[in-house]
Amino acid sequence: MYELSNVSKTYKQRNKLVNALQNVDLQIADGQMVAIQGPTGGGKSTLLQLLGALDRPSSGTITMGDVDISSLPDSKLVEIRSHKIGFVFQTFNLIPTLNALENVEIALQGEKISSSERIERAEAALASVGLSDRTRHLPGELSGGQQQRVAIARALVKNPEILLADEPTGNLDEQTRDDIMDLLEGLWREKGLTLVVVTHDSAIAKRAQRRLVIKAGKIKEAS
Amino acid sequence: MFLTYLRRELFGRRKQTAIIAAGMALAIGLVIIVNAFSQGVQSAQSKVLESVYGVGTDMTVTLTPVAPTAASGPQSFGFDRNSGTSASGTQKVSQSRLTGGMGGGQFMPSSDLTTVEQATGVKGAAGTLALQNITFSGQIPQAFQVPLPGTGTGGAGGGPFGQVPQPGTKLNRGGTNGNGGSSFNVDRFSVLGVDLAKTAVGPLSAITVSNGVGLTSADTGTYKAVLDSNYATSAKLSTGGSINIGGQDFSIVGLLTPSTSDSSSASDAYISLDVAQKLSGNTDKLSTVYVQANSNKDIANVKASLATVLTADTVKTQSDLASTVSGSLASASSLVSGLGYWLSIAVLIAAFLIAILFTISGVSRRTREFGTLKAIGWKNRRITAQVLGESFVQSMLGGLIGIGIGLVGIFAINRDNLTLQGSASAGSLFGGFGRRAAAGGANANGFPPVGDPANLPQGAFGGGGGSRQVATVQTITMHLPVALNVILLAVVLSIVGGLLAGAFGGWRASRLSPAAALRSVN
Repeated sequence: MYELSNVSKTYKQRNKLVNALQNVDLQIADGQMVAIQGPTGGGKSTLLQLLGALDRPSSGTITMGDVDISSLPDSKLVEIRSHKIGFVFQTFNLIPTLNALENVEIALQGEKISSSERIERAEAALASVGLSDRTRHLPGELSGGQQQRVAIARALVKNPEILLADEPTGNLDEQTRDDIMDLLEGLWREKGLTLVVVTHDSAIAKRAQRRLVIKAGKIKEAS
Repeated sequence: MFLTYLRRELFGRRKQTAIIAAGMALAIGLVIIVNAFSQGVQSAQSKVLESVYGVGTDMTVTLTPVAPTAASGPQSFGFDRNSGTSASGTQKVSQSRLTGGMGGGQFMPSSDLTTVEQATGVKGAAGTLALQNITFSGQIPQAFQVPLPGTGTGGAGGGPFGQVPQPGTKLNRGGTNGNGGSSFNVDRFSVLGVDLAKTAVGPLSAITVSNGVGLTSADTGTYKAVLDSNYATSAKLSTGGSINIGGQDFSIVGLLTPSTSDSSSASDAYISLDVAQKLSGNTDKLSTVYVQANSNKDIANVKASLATVLTADTVKTQSDLASTVSGSLASASSLVSGLGYWLSIAVLIAAFLIAILFTISGVSRRTREFGTLKAIGWKNRRITAQVLGESFVQSMLGGLIGIGIGLVGIFAINRDNLTLQGSASAGSLFGGFGRRAAAGGANANGFPPVGDPANLPQGAFGGGGGSRQVATVQTITMHLPVALNVILLAVVLSIVGGLLAGAFGGWRASRLSPAAALRSVN
């Protein structure tokens, strides 16, 4: 699925250059569940953004299937994000003014489908994460775990090939963390997704097929 | 979904929506009120002008004033020893003159009217002759002759007032025993000679007969007059009576009031044009030609062509004439065109800036939201459309409220029956009454001074300089119209404000890098 070759990423933050990734070489196979660990600021999220076609590397190439996404124009990257990749964020990133159903629906905006089909698919996605009875609730009316379930439903409603989760349980208690990871793992198995999870939590990382550690922009397989 | 998202965002961010809408509402409301006020003032000015120039007059043609020549001598009243009646050394006299001024007035030839009528784009034209009737009446010391120092025998007594006697002539003196006192009145009123065959254009078109009958083409050449009702009241004249104009008695056949306003009309008295020309000695002369164009779009062309042909004349359109309106109406006009105009612009710019800044600020606060939308596949143009749509609705909401504020403001001003006063003049074409009358002023004992005429004091009645052809004060009740074009302007401004703010906000949102947007909050 992914092949990263000598990828480096440098960006400016508060007038200082940050070398987030340095000469990273990495391959991720289709349908693999990969956990990426590492200290804060080590480059985990940056790697995830490069995998998610949200950014381009400063140098090196990233191939997704047979497409070099490191040199694609923005319009093509949008297409890839829209159809192939789903994102789950630590802070859920739901639109606060939209209810659960609408937050899922919004991911289908731009799809050439009818309004009724859009609603149908959004409801099915919410049902798949166990939130059929919370479709009309605003994010503020849902617990953290429920909000993350809505975010997962939003990521999956487009039937992506890849699911990228950035600290998906970082804001959740232990029980909810396990529930969410059970859900993600179940969906991964059920849908045959390529799942990449960035986490601090070793308990979560241990559930992955493969564990990578990023430290100071360098990546290596965990022992 | 677009509308659902838009509605939820506007409702969810009520404070921002309220501030942007309030700013826009204030600006739009002000624009509507200022525009309506401006139109109200223009309408009031038109009413004032119509009372002077008539309904439908698009432009006027008058002779361009020139400096008086030596030939145009001073206006004078002449009395000799046989004038009036004499008793106890006092001579009672009365004399009435119909004149264009002390210099005799400056008028254009009647042929100018023909030129105007033949011009392309002219629908109709009418000429008038504006005059002043001046009546000198009272008593003066009975005349007798006294030789000037160092001169010979006396000549005929009695020289005209206003003329400087030459050395060697004999001056009239007061009563021989000091009995001859002086007491006289100078009365004047405006007289307008009107072409009674062409009353559709010109001052009579804006006038209605309030008592008696009006003048018709059948009255051409007759000594009939109609009076302004206000003047008739002040002069204690009425229909059926008579009035002396230029030494000729005219029968008063009717009283007039302006049909477009509630004050005075263009002149105190109206008579037939040919009679006015004859009595004033201005045969084939006109003071003003009133012109009606075929249509509004012809006015500029007609003005230009007339100005080319009538080089000695001045052609003025209604907009030129508006500058002749004075009084509180002019102050209001000045206020609207000055303060009101710029205040509207300033508030409008402020409202646009508020909308733009708040929209950009809103985009900044929603960085994570837009970063997330980009991450899940939203295109830039969809995000821009979302921001644009929200700004558009906020501005339109403000615009609608602003229209409401404007209408309420207009209603409030109309309900209060705000009145303004204005007067209009058609411009001076006269030498005026400022020309001095030379020897003739009596001293405290009733004797005129004796000596070299060059050292004599100036005459007793030399005042009233710069007489105007027509000056009439109108009290106009302001009525602010609710014009559809102003409402449309408000809607357009709202749209422009919304699009401007949305364009800036959308541009800002579209420039957000999704990675940077997510990184800034994660």
